[in-house]
Amino acid sequence: MSTLTEGELLVEPPLPPSRKVPHLEVLESEGIHIMREVAAEFERPVLLFSGGKDSAVMLHLARKAFAPAPVPFPVMHVDTGHNFPEVIAYRDALVEQLGLRLVVASVQEYIDNGKLRERPDGTRNPLQITPLLDGIVDNKFDAVFGGGRRDEEKARAKERIFSLRDEFGQWDPRRQRPELWNLYNGRHKPGEHVRIFPLSNWTELDVWEYVERENIELPSIYLSHEREVFKRNGMWLTAGAWGGPKDGEPVERKVVRYRTVGDMSCTGAIESVASTVADVIAEIAVTTITERGATRADDKLSEAAMEDRKREGYF
Amino acid sequence: MTSLLDGSAPQQLDRDVDMLRFATAGSVDDGKSTLVGRLLHDSKSVLADTLEAVERASRDRGADGVELALLTDGLRAEREQGITIDVAYRYFTTARRKFVLADTPGHVQYTRNMVTGASTAELVVLLVDARKGVVEQTRRHLAVAALLGVRHLVLAVNKMDLVDFDEAVYAAIAADFAAAAEALGVSDHTVIPVSASLGDNVVEPSAAMPWYTGPTLLEHLETVPVGVDAVTQAARFPVQYVVRAPDYRGYAGQLASGVIERNDEIVIMPEGLRTRIVAIDTFDGEVEIAHAPQSVTLRLADEFDVGRGHLIVHPRQEPRVVREFDATLCQLSDRVLQAGDRVLVKHTTRVVKAVIDQVNYRLDIETLAKTDASSLSLNEIGGVTLRVAAPLSIDDYADDRLTGSFLVIDEHDGQTLAAGLVGDPLRRST
Repeated sequence: MSTLTEGELLVEPPLPPSRKVPHLEVLESEGIHIMREVAAEFERPVLLFSGGKDSAVMLHLARKAFAPAPVPFPVMHVDTGHNFPEVIAYRDALVEQLGLRLVVASVQEYIDNGKLRERPDGTRNPLQITPLLDGIVDNKFDAVFGGGRRDEEKARAKERIFSLRDEFGQWDPRRQRPELWNLYNGRHKPGEHVRIFPLSNWTELDVWEYVERENIELPSIYLSHEREVFKRNGMWLTAGAWGGPKDGEPVERKVVRYRTVGDMSCTGAIESVASTVADVIAEIAVTTITERGATRADDKLSEAAMEDRKREGYF
Repeated sequence: MTSLLDGSAPQQLDRDVDMLRFATAGSVDDGKSTLVGRLLHDSKSVLADTLEAVERASRDRGADGVELALLTDGLRAEREQGITIDVAYRYFTTARRKFVLADTPGHVQYTRNMVTGASTAELVVLLVDARKGVVEQTRRHLAVAALLGVRHLVLAVNKMDLVDFDEAVYAAIAADFAAAAEALGVSDHTVIPVSASLGDNVVEPSAAMPWYTGPTLLEHLETVPVGVDAVTQAARFPVQYVVRAPDYRGYAGQLASGVIERNDEIVIMPEGLRTRIVAIDTFDGEVEIAHAPQSVTLRLADEFDVGRGHLIVHPRQEPRVVREFDATLCQLSDRVLQAGDRVLVKHTTRVVKAVIDQVNYRLDIETLAKTDASSLSLNEIGGVTLRVAAPLSIDDYADDRLTGSFLVIDEHDGQTLAAGLVGDPLRRST
């Protein structure tokens, strides 16, 4: 500036305004970036949609990533047959509204065909693996979006955003690729596929805050309601046709809500009066029980339960 | 319930908190797992059922009290096979900030793990044992952090209780560390005396070290400036995907750095085509301005053949367009790289074939000396010259972390072979 001679006019355009992008927008932009990378580099992606809040957030990110074009891949639901009716109604309405193609992999069908056998404890979450993998192979899906988050469980803390699976759907921790910057390596051999976790860096609280911010619709069971429940392994399970309660398990009416949505036989409700998303956020911010510990019986099976199921091809 | 959890809980977050990504490095013996466990525990980030499981496991091991290190215990496969499967990510929040912690094991494959963890980190916490001070490994970790462009370094001098909280011990280590950091060109460095096992200066200030008046580790993490003001950076927008709809053609991407505004004159690299931004679209509608790291979709005034792999920038701020360039490689796989090797290079949203023309040197990460080399093996860092099959629009890594970095990928089995940094990020300081 000081070197300007008389008569010369240097008009520097003013700097644009500064802005610190808040953490939810950083997470959103990262998720959108991941979705677009996959859509650009893979032939046949699919998004696993359970009707749960994490898959709802994923689907919302997918809508944002490709707007005004429609979401360029189908969604797949691995259906255990033990569904909350509210969740199925929600799923069908959303699929209809967004014009998505829905692929259903049915555990019930596998049991009816004799390809899978019911477990003695009635839990069907571990039975999802075979229909899931068959669904991936039959449809030749090469990238499978999952809603897993690293804060959920310690086996997930080391999961990659792009997680390579062999042709048996197995996760081999030693074959995972280092992930640097925002560069993802999705190369895979024919028959292999890559699980994609766009919510890796989100926490449960982030998900809820984002649901509130974006006004994302969720199945009604996430908010408090009255329900007939009974206690098993320290958790409130919904009484119903899936097989509960057994003898000596008294049924009570409680005001509850769900923190996760899964198979009715092993997804527990928590006692809560949080009837709005804002109430839920306030409750989570002071909670002392992790999401999986509170509500998933199948993770309590053994210390390394999640790790074992991941190796076999679980979500 | 638990004896440790005192019932108080993290305050509810203000919606617009910022986010600090940081990494920790240090060996098991330095008490890193205990430090990370203490940070999570004392910041009330460990929830009751997790803590119960750890208390149970501690009792099973016959431990007195809770072994905080178990909070960060890894996979069963690691425990059984005695292997370490690199970086674990942990999350915690305080009223001031959300933290993403890349917890890197320090003892095995330290370069691979640390390069990975540091690539996205703005801050690195290094750990030393107060009885040992700055050791060879500390210098290595420091060099890797500097190489990867980490701006803020923290040295936690742990086990102060075992040196009677002696200020002189701390001062000597702090002087050593400051000299090493300055030599690498890192100006923001902080040394904090802690006892991870007792909790001194991790979250709560230490009563045993009144001579230390600086921040506790958590206070420092909460207050260190986060991010770069995008306004001060050159804009870099790699096109990821072309969004097509009836009467619509938009170029989708995430701003790697800088700011773009509607009506900006822009240049499309590598061809150098000039046009103008007509609209910046998001799902929620048009916006006037976007700041890194926002994901947006651009509409342009002219219909050029623009697609994935193109880079949108401002005039007079163009990156270099090269067919051949020098870079620093951090070798991440057990395949040895040497001159003549054919590989793939993934740079921003572009994948091109490449040949390693020559290996120029191997970096001795302790002395920072460059020695003649003809190959690079696992965990080695060195300089190479690469020739690429199509022009790339690159910046020096020292100037832009995202347009100055790339992956080297095996053409045949698809594995990631090396992390690449354009230029020599340590050049200015050595």
